[in-house]
Amino acid sequence: MAERGSPAGEIWRRFRRHKLAVASAVILALMALAVAFGPLLWRVPINDIDFSSHLEGPSWNHPFGTDDLGQDLLARMLYGGRISLAVGLAAMLVAVTVGTAIGAIAGMSRGSIDAALMWLTDLFLSLPPLPLLLLVIYLFREPLTKLVGLELGTFILIVVVIGGFRWMQVARLVRAQFLTLREKEFVEAARALGMTSLRLVIRHILPNSLGPIIVAGTIDVAAAIIAESTLSFLGLGFPPDIPTWGRILFDAKDYLDIAPHWALFAGGAIFLAVLSINFIGDGLRDAMDPRTQA
Amino acid sequence: MGRYLLRRLLIAVPSLLGISVVLFVVLALAPGDPFGELASNPNVPPEVGAALRAKFGLDDPIALRYLRWLSAMLHGDWGFSFVSRMDVDTLILQRLPATLFIIGSSQVLALLIALPVGVYSAVRPYSIFDHIANLLAFIGFSLPTFFTGLLFILLFSIYLDWLPFVYRTDIGGSGWHWYWEQFKQSAMPVAVLALLQAASWTRYVRSSVLEVSRLDYVTTARAKGLPERMVVIKHVVRNALIPVVTLVALQMPGLFGGAIVTEQIFRIPGIGSLLISSILANDTPVIMAVTFVFACLVILFNLLADVLYGWLDPRIAYR
Repeated sequence: MAERGSPAGEIWRRFRRHKLAVASAVILALMALAVAFGPLLWRVPINDIDFSSHLEGPSWNHPFGTDDLGQDLLARMLYGGRISLAVGLAAMLVAVTVGTAIGAIAGMSRGSIDAALMWLTDLFLSLPPLPLLLLVIYLFREPLTKLVGLELGTFILIVVVIGGFRWMQVARLVRAQFLTLREKEFVEAARALGMTSLRLVIRHILPNSLGPIIVAGTIDVAAAIIAESTLSFLGLGFPPDIPTWGRILFDAKDYLDIAPHWALFAGGAIFLAVLSINFIGDGLRDAMDPRTQA
Repeated sequence: MGRYLLRRLLIAVPSLLGISVVLFVVLALAPGDPFGELASNPNVPPEVGAALRAKFGLDDPIALRYLRWLSAMLHGDWGFSFVSRMDVDTLILQRLPATLFIIGSSQVLALLIALPVGVYSAVRPYSIFDHIANLLAFIGFSLPTFFTGLLFILLFSIYLDWLPFVYRTDIGGSGWHWYWEQFKQSAMPVAVLALLQAASWTRYVRSSVLEVSRLDYVTTARAKGLPERMVVIKHVVRNALIPVVTLVALQMPGLFGGAIVTEQIFRIPGIGSLLISSILANDTPVIMAVTFVFACLVILFNLLADVLYGWLDPRIAYR
């Protein structure tokens, strides 16, 4: 048990009071463990075609049932879940990095640089993300996959593009934090001691604005998972041999009437992951916002 | 009001230009060359290829190419779809009404759900109703549109067999029969989009109403003996809606993503499904045009939000 008073301990103490957030954290941890270690325990190959048992509902041999080619859905979902969650995390990292950099530059510089960066942020906020995601993927997929291979190419492209259209919220938050923090006495004191701007940002300003960034980053993971699943669901994300949850759902949607389990397991996994992440974000917001003192 | 509108319209122009720059840069950065095939074709002498490139100005500086592209777009010359064999602008105009109908009705439905639920939750905070509404709101915006759509089809079309899951533009009959059929086939797509929107709006409305009802003028309204209903409806809600409009406008771009997915699931012949099918068919002029139309729609809806904002908050309109 962390002692009361240390900031992390205090946040943890408050986070625990949000029952749904704690339950969500447990569920998400279980899902992460399952996709990380599941394929080691459940050793059914993901592409083992067996037409004698296709479109079967859940059974002991196939706990999640099988798809139209008789491939085991549990194995496919465990494997695909790795990609889905990894895309979510990586795209969040891209969004948070870009957003923090732009927000920090805008927050530290006054005048035209700040105005230009904020104009850019507003512009990106008014761009419809999905059509642009589709456009960029359509234009850049082939050259990139030629360069680094199909799977890695698609992964990099999807992560960069999803992250590249989600940094705006973070940038605005970081800028707002910086604008207030840079006028605080402790920052002034550090500056008076001769600290350079860069060190000032890294040592003092950034650590103090972490709270909102973490909350926004958490929500971004959920949004990125949805974005990737949407692309795959439209048939324009990962190729068929990489069964991300969205891709499984795309394949399952034409068999909704005879094999509903197929779509329900994949869609349920996306829903559960996104819901838990959103609840965790809510819990973190409550825990880190000093105004909800109790 | 007129001057305010004009100013808003003028503010929209730079955003439109910005969007067109982004689109053009994406297209220009993309590898691949419309005359690539000509260059690799041994039957075409290189001079012909070079002449063609010069004729279409492919070797000009990028700023010049952008200006030419922009003026063509502004003249309504949006290119020709080789897949559908018609002009891109006619094609889009054919498809646009279905999209606008679905998006518009879903917004109205979302408002009809979110406003009462959000206000009631805020009037009785931390009551059982509030908790349930909050939980449902979380579920609502964690359910991706494609999954909600499939769940609806599974429940209402397959198990209950109430609603058709393929949208048709050629429903027969007339009068009431037509309206009934139209209602049945739009019910699911509209509901899918509306639930997503209503979920987040409910939370905005709730927190905004909570914030406003703490203000002094609300206490004054109560103190002078107004019935609670009047206080909430006339004094609290109108002011609480001001920040909600901003948040709703911020969500607009995301809504179009949901519309694309919904159109794809229910096979609605709107511009969203047009976008997907033209991507699958490599129909670049249509892809560019649809993306541009979506961006314009976002700006248009932002403009509407601004007008609404001015109506809700007279201080803004006359500034």
